[in-house]
Amino acid sequence: MAAVATFDRPAPRRLFRRPTHPTGLWDWFTTIDHKKIGLLYLGTAFVFFVVGGLEALVIRLQLGGPNGHVVDANTYNQIFTMHGTTMIFLVVMPLSAGLANYLVPLMIGARDVAFPRLNAFGYWVFVIGGLFMYSSFLFGHAPNGGWFGYAPNTEKAFNPAHNIDFWVFGLQILGIASLTGAINLIVTIINMRAPGMSLMRMPIFVWMTFIAQFLLLFAIPVITVALFELMFDRLFGANFFNIQAGADPLLWQHLFWIFGHPEVYILILPAMGVVSEVLPVFTRRPLFGYPVMVFSGIAIAFMGWGVWAHHMFATGLGPVAKSAFALSTMFIAVPTGVKIFNWMATMAGGKIRVKAPFLFAVGFVTMFTIGGLSGVTHAIVPADTQQTDTYYIVAHFHYVLFGGSIFGLFAGAYYWWPKFTGKMLSDRLGKWHFWLMLIGFNLTFGPFHILGLQGMPRRIYRYPSGRGWDFWNLMATVGSFIIAFSVLLFIINAVKSRKGANVAEDPWDARTLEWSIPNPPPEYNFAEVPIVTARDEVWHRKYGEDEQGRPVPRSVPDVPSEPARLEVSGNGERELDVEEQPEEEVREPTAHDLHIHMPTPSYYPLLAAIGLPIIAYGLMYKAWYVAVIGALVTLASVYGWALEPSTEPEEPEEIAEAGPAPEPEPQAELEPAPESAAEPAPTGS
Amino acid sequence: MAVTEEVKTPDSTPEEALAHPVTSTGLSNEKIAMWAFLGSECLLFGALISTYLLYRGRSVVGPFPHDVYDIPYTSVSSFVLLMSSLTMVLALAAMQRKDQRRMRVWLLTTALLGATFIGGQVYEFTVFYRAGLSLHENLFGSSFFVLTGFHGAHVTIGILMLLSLYTMSAKGRLAENRVETVELIGLYWHFVDVVWIVIFTMVYLVPGVK
Amino acid sequence: MSSTHDTTHDEAFSSPDPAMESPEPGVEEHYPDEWQYIKVALILFLITMAEVGIYYTSGARRAVITLMVFMMIAKFALVALYFMHLRFDSKLFRRLFVTGIILAVAVYLIALSSLHVWQH
Repeated sequence: MAAVATFDRPAPRRLFRRPTHPTGLWDWFTTIDHKKIGLLYLGTAFVFFVVGGLEALVIRLQLGGPNGHVVDANTYNQIFTMHGTTMIFLVVMPLSAGLANYLVPLMIGARDVAFPRLNAFGYWVFVIGGLFMYSSFLFGHAPNGGWFGYAPNTEKAFNPAHNIDFWVFGLQILGIASLTGAINLIVTIINMRAPGMSLMRMPIFVWMTFIAQFLLLFAIPVITVALFELMFDRLFGANFFNIQAGADPLLWQHLFWIFGHPEVYILILPAMGVVSEVLPVFTRRPLFGYPVMVFSGIAIAFMGWGVWAHHMFATGLGPVAKSAFALSTMFIAVPTGVKIFNWMATMAGGKIRVKAPFLFAVGFVTMFTIGGLSGVTHAIVPADTQQTDTYYIVAHFHYVLFGGSIFGLFAGAYYWWPKFTGKMLSDRLGKWHFWLMLIGFNLTFGPFHILGLQGMPRRIYRYPSGRGWDFWNLMATVGSFIIAFSVLLFIINAVKSRKGANVAEDPWDARTLEWSIPNPPPEYNFAEVPIVTARDEVWHRKYGEDEQGRPVPRSVPDVPSEPARLEVSGNGERELDVEEQPEEEVREPTAHDLHIHMPTPSYYPLLAAIGLPIIAYGLMYKAWYVAVIGALVTLASVYGWALEPSTEPEEPEEIAEAGPAPEPEPQAELEPAPESAAEPAPTGS
Repeated sequence: MAVTEEVKTPDSTPEEALAHPVTSTGLSNEKIAMWAFLGSECLLFGALISTYLLYRGRSVVGPFPHDVYDIPYTSVSSFVLLMSSLTMVLALAAMQRKDQRRMRVWLLTTALLGATFIGGQVYEFTVFYRAGLSLHENLFGSSFFVLTGFHGAHVTIGILMLLSLYTMSAKGRLAENRVETVELIGLYWHFVDVVWIVIFTMVYLVPGVK
Repeated sequence: MSSTHDTTHDEAFSSPDPAMESPEPGVEEHYPDEWQYIKVALILFLITMAEVGIYYTSGARRAVITLMVFMMIAKFALVALYFMHLRFDSKLFRRLFVTGIILAVAVYLIALSSLHVWQH
């Protein structure tokens, strides 16, 4: 080992000074803190959720009765395309990314992700990509080819205006965000776990996120190629999907669904992870069959690569291909079913606390099961030939994506709200939200099974009367407004919660590491890197077990002692200075107080992201110089980023300046909250 | 409880922290990231190659591969790229021996070989274009140019990275211990070479076998 | 599928796995020296020559293609194992890369088969 690392890093030249302690908006623009980035993802994705929901309401208004005339066909195509594209790429994926960003480092005992600036870049690319795609409405040409964009239908010959170009470029931009996020989380989980945090001690949410990132890593390139090929066709007259030139009409579908099927597991696995975190806490039982849950997640991800053509059963694949994919599709139900049984076993005999997170988690389990059952019926090829392209399919995927992912993510919202904000969401309002959402959801999508089997096709902008579809469509529309109202309750709940009392670090009596630090956590997460000795480490610190395996509170928390590591040269002092402060000044120690060096904020990620839509607009409108400018902006930013160190050494003036450094959040000086004022910390049902 | 001696406080000085970051595996974050990225690139190039293979023989009009391919020419081009992989790994070896001057020689050679390859591609494309093959002519043109174009773009980015590294070193701004930087750029470069190994066989040779 | 309450407290410190380690700097000593790299490059050159050589033969099409594919794989492996150091580095890198390769080959083979590319 080199005795002395020659660390020659002359300061790179830069136009603008690098932020070191930014405040206000500039703080949010330059932050590389995974927690802030997580909140940005969650907040932005929620806004898109509302937008996508409004699009759904337009759809339901149009289809609420026969011969609807709320929108014309062209507008309808744009609305339903954007609804799907939004919900998948701008809602569920970034909500999962937001939770992962915030929680994964906390759950594995790390201070941040492996590449903080890359993390920020991913967020900015997401926001900018979403805005880029929505800017299409301003031009009057929103994407209109469905979220799946089947070529040749999306070729220039059939879709001459820029609608599809917005879709293609928008998704390419979003794909960059997903890919960089995946690499970041994969490295973080492999390489930044606290001492003692072996892979099989990680919370299931971390495992499911880990697996989903591998799916992203390998699936995004496939749709990237499909999108490039479509782009080359549309922009430069290539022939990838030009049937007259001999192209294969199925090439798009194969490439898209090779991505598309792993994509749906990307959408569901993190939410499954949330459920696996919530159920044990609210039943006071460890998750039943932890290793099996891990392996079934891996099995789902692995097998998920072998089922894609079940989206293509009606395209003339031939009997051999159809049989093969039918079999693989049936088999993938097995690991999924295993998870359902394990969740049920976790609940059985547990001391259940019926709080909002628990309700949403149970909602996930039940609704996802229904969706899974309809999914199994699709696996049977002759049956699917009847079901495909009808509302029966629409029912299936809404049950798994809404009843599954969205319910699961709401469970996460209620559960982790105190960790993110220091306040609790009202449980009463939460229960109203849950029940109304459950009723509205089933009223909307339940009838779709019937409508589908009655022959109502999907992707139609209106239907004639006399088909017998009127009643259930009306019911579905009513249901959709009930859903909307329930979401409004959530928004009210969120806003109201800001006035609530602060809660201490572990209001739910939970099990995992994020609950061992303050709400919200300080910048550095852990004052001292935790030592992990068990799965559900925090539970283990609080409780031992009696002979029957029941939890018995420890009188003294079993916090693993720090190893003797102060022999390291440099600054050995690691104790908190808090005790030495005068009583009035109880403020949370800063990273500086604890001699913890956190990565430095940077504006390069944002700048690099800004170049991307400029390239897209330039290419789309064939203004090549604009595209070049965008490319240069991104390239210059990447250079600046590569040449700046991830952590700037502190200048002496900055240390003096920082002094009692103002924490970005004024709530940071909270003491352990007066618990009587907060929602009571649960002590058992 | 026994404690391993290697446990270091993760919060030493920034320089120490950067030189010896504490990790779960003892491996560097950046290297894991690079290999993950290369794994994902296999799916990217696989899709492009598969598109080419799908459309082989299905073009309705010419020119067709046998009309334009010049295998001896492309073999030389492939050889050039292969040798650039050798010079790249020699650059890394030099850096590991702390011989930055030698490393620069090999880096520059690698970049030049890469540029020669690109030049050869450009020339080849021009010849094909003059023979009537273009993106929009037929399936062969579309799939061939997009695949090799993507590869060429990757090589070009690699050359930019090599020249940047060269410049940093020449200006004395590359610290001795930045071996891994050279290694990571090398990994990217070798991958680009490996993709060409596949392309040369699957795109040029195999389709032309009678 | 038993309920798992992890009680192996000693695991963390008796096994080396989750120990916090610094990157191993000594590993370069296992890497090939320059002459070995040159030898590998020579082999690559020879295989390429062979590939081009059999291109010009008039052997059975299937046999020629099979041989070519094997030679391609050999070159791929040589560069990956020796130039990219997969032979000498942690197995994690190999796993990441090979997963990508195997997935790509499997998925695209299936897709091409479904598109009847072999009946040509």
